[in-house]
Amino acid sequence: MAAEGAFGIRLERRPAPSRAMLLATPPLAVLLTVLAGAILFAAMGFDPLETLRAYFVSPLTSLYGWGELAVKATPLAIIAIGLALGFRGNVWNIGAEGQLTLGAICAGGLALAVYGHEGPWLLPLMMLAGAAGGLAYAAIPAYLRVRFNANEILTSLMLTYVAGLLLSYLVTGPWKDPEGFGFPQSRLFNPEALLPIVLDGTRMHLGAPLALCVVLAGWLVVARTLIGFQIKVVGLTPIAAGYAGFSQARIIWFTLLLSGGLAGLAGAIEVSGPIGQLQPAISPGYGFTAIIVAFLGRLHPVGVLLAALLMALSYLGGEQAQIELGLPLAVTGVFQGMLLFFLLASDFLTHYRVRRTASTPAAAG
Amino acid sequence: MRITRRRFTQGALAAAAAPAVLSFGGPARAADPLKVGFVYVGPIGDHGWSYQHNEGRLAVEAEFGDRVETSFVEKVSEGADAERVVNQLAASGHKLIFTTSFGFMNPTLKVAQRHSDVMFEHATGYKRADNLATYAARFYEGRTISGTLAGHVSETGVVGYIASFPIPEVVRGIGAFTLAARRINPDLEVRVVWVNSWYDPGKEADAAKALVDQGADVLLQHTDSPAPMQVAEERGIKAVGQASDMTRFGPSAHMTAVVNDWAPYYVERVGQVLDGSWTSTDTWGGLASGMVKMAPFNSNLPAEAIADAEQAVADIKSGARHPFDGPVRDQSGTVRIAEGERASDELLLGMDWYVEGVQGKLPG
Repeated sequence: MAAEGAFGIRLERRPAPSRAMLLATPPLAVLLTVLAGAILFAAMGFDPLETLRAYFVSPLTSLYGWGELAVKATPLAIIAIGLALGFRGNVWNIGAEGQLTLGAICAGGLALAVYGHEGPWLLPLMMLAGAAGGLAYAAIPAYLRVRFNANEILTSLMLTYVAGLLLSYLVTGPWKDPEGFGFPQSRLFNPEALLPIVLDGTRMHLGAPLALCVVLAGWLVVARTLIGFQIKVVGLTPIAAGYAGFSQARIIWFTLLLSGGLAGLAGAIEVSGPIGQLQPAISPGYGFTAIIVAFLGRLHPVGVLLAALLMALSYLGGEQAQIELGLPLAVTGVFQGMLLFFLLASDFLTHYRVRRTASTPAAAG
Repeated sequence: MRITRRRFTQGALAAAAAPAVLSFGGPARAADPLKVGFVYVGPIGDHGWSYQHNEGRLAVEAEFGDRVETSFVEKVSEGADAERVVNQLAASGHKLIFTTSFGFMNPTLKVAQRHSDVMFEHATGYKRADNLATYAARFYEGRTISGTLAGHVSETGVVGYIASFPIPEVVRGIGAFTLAARRINPDLEVRVVWVNSWYDPGKEADAAKALVDQGADVLLQHTDSPAPMQVAEERGIKAVGQASDMTRFGPSAHMTAVVNDWAPYYVERVGQVLDGSWTSTDTWGGLASGMVKMAPFNSNLPAEAIADAEQAVADIKSGARHPFDGPVRDQSGTVRIAEGERASDELLLGMDWYVEGVQGKLPG
């Protein structure tokens, strides 16, 4: 048969992907993205080296730039840590954006409620209120999933839009700034409701060290706790988990509440950090970008931290390249898309190998 | 070619000019082009709001040539990102920065306080500083003209209005439109759909279709994409374009468009920075100053409608007519602007009520 000369390709699952390859693929994907990006820039008539410099180096040539990197990476890392835990256990919380919004509403609402009577107790309470808001909001898809087996991907995603509308209602209605000429935004919070700056001359606020603590806590949960182990087993082999007596409902509740709480915390940090008031747009899609960050970081807390920094840099770089070189914004999206594409492709090839085979049913079977 | 040349000069500048300006501190040397930055909320390809601001930027380049250098950042979110982008422009040697959306107000003010040597211009806001000017256009004057046309052509007496956010600027536009349309047809109703976005072609198209299904035969939009115009063309009804002339998206539907022409203002302000006469001002231009223009009236409109619309343009320009000439009643029938009076700018700037004839309740 093979003598006829017809060949095809066949995918074969590798028995055990090597650990070295698993670790090597994310940097490899980044490298391939940079190379493909350079070719793209050259094809568009830009000097590839100059563009890459504007993209990856220019944003970090000042202290302010490093602060911005931290400001941008903070919500991404905090949300992605929670999402990654859920994804490990096959719990797909796609609605972190909505949970973030609820967190922002709860924290911001508290700041407005005590406006004029603030004290040092306010900020910790705002963080707690934000986390509680996100957690409560994620409890809805958790309950629907456990009780009715409703797909949490759909329910959590749809609740995102509900949260956005609730926020618009509040800032165009009851929480509108009385001195704001009717514009849809709340008063600016008083300084007691704002996260202190931890690096002078930048916008880097207390949320950044808080994000590091979350990463550390996430790592402890994954590596050192029973629930972390259970999540992993449920994700890898649900049947084995069932034999071991691990409750799937418990995993669903735990991961959704945790990821919702963290997304809510991120929302509280955004309104009390760089924004300083409630307004219709709190997040430029952090809840969705964090999904990419979680996968880019291989669902591992340390990986998530690095991925959040890289993703943050790609946004900063995209702006910088627009300012310095007039590079179109769409290129930023293409760049991020290529990064995910190369990562998934090399991921796939870590787990499968491509074999050339005779393309006959007999050989393929 | 154009991009390549600009890229070359900008690359050279990033290396040389920025530190020079910083260390000399004083006015830029004649050889140093003035760097002017623009921050847009939408993509420059929205064919609406941001597109028109970018046209203004191109006019600045055409007017001043080598004496200026412009750059822009598009699709900047109105949240935490805006402050970084504005700061980035200020830190990279831009001496005049236009931030062209309301949501950039507080971020622009914060950056302006840090960079006292940079001049800022914020569109549609109300916070000013010594180095932060504001500017906006009286788009509602254009809505009066749109209303005049709609009052003539609507047969069902129902007009659909696709609105973005319930801010005074938009509410004012709905009011001016409704007053003008009901002057021609006192029974006309205006139905408003809020899409909570300045630019979302999908949502805008859905809203347009829903309104047409409810009997609207004229569509108005205070959102930036041409999607409602395309729906109007498909359904064989009439519509008014937003921000730029949208004739090519609906050759038969397009009655006119309320065009924002920022070019003269941008050219004037850049010129003032170049000759050192720039001061922080508050500008609110309309049809008379040319900041608001009407796109050509479609020749398929009734002659009477066109004549009335042209008369309205002339009257507003001359001051003989004001879009909010009293008596103006709100939805409850209460007189808000008395007979013989006109809405003050203060009333217009804080407008948070619907005039009589608008259906539904204003959110908030």
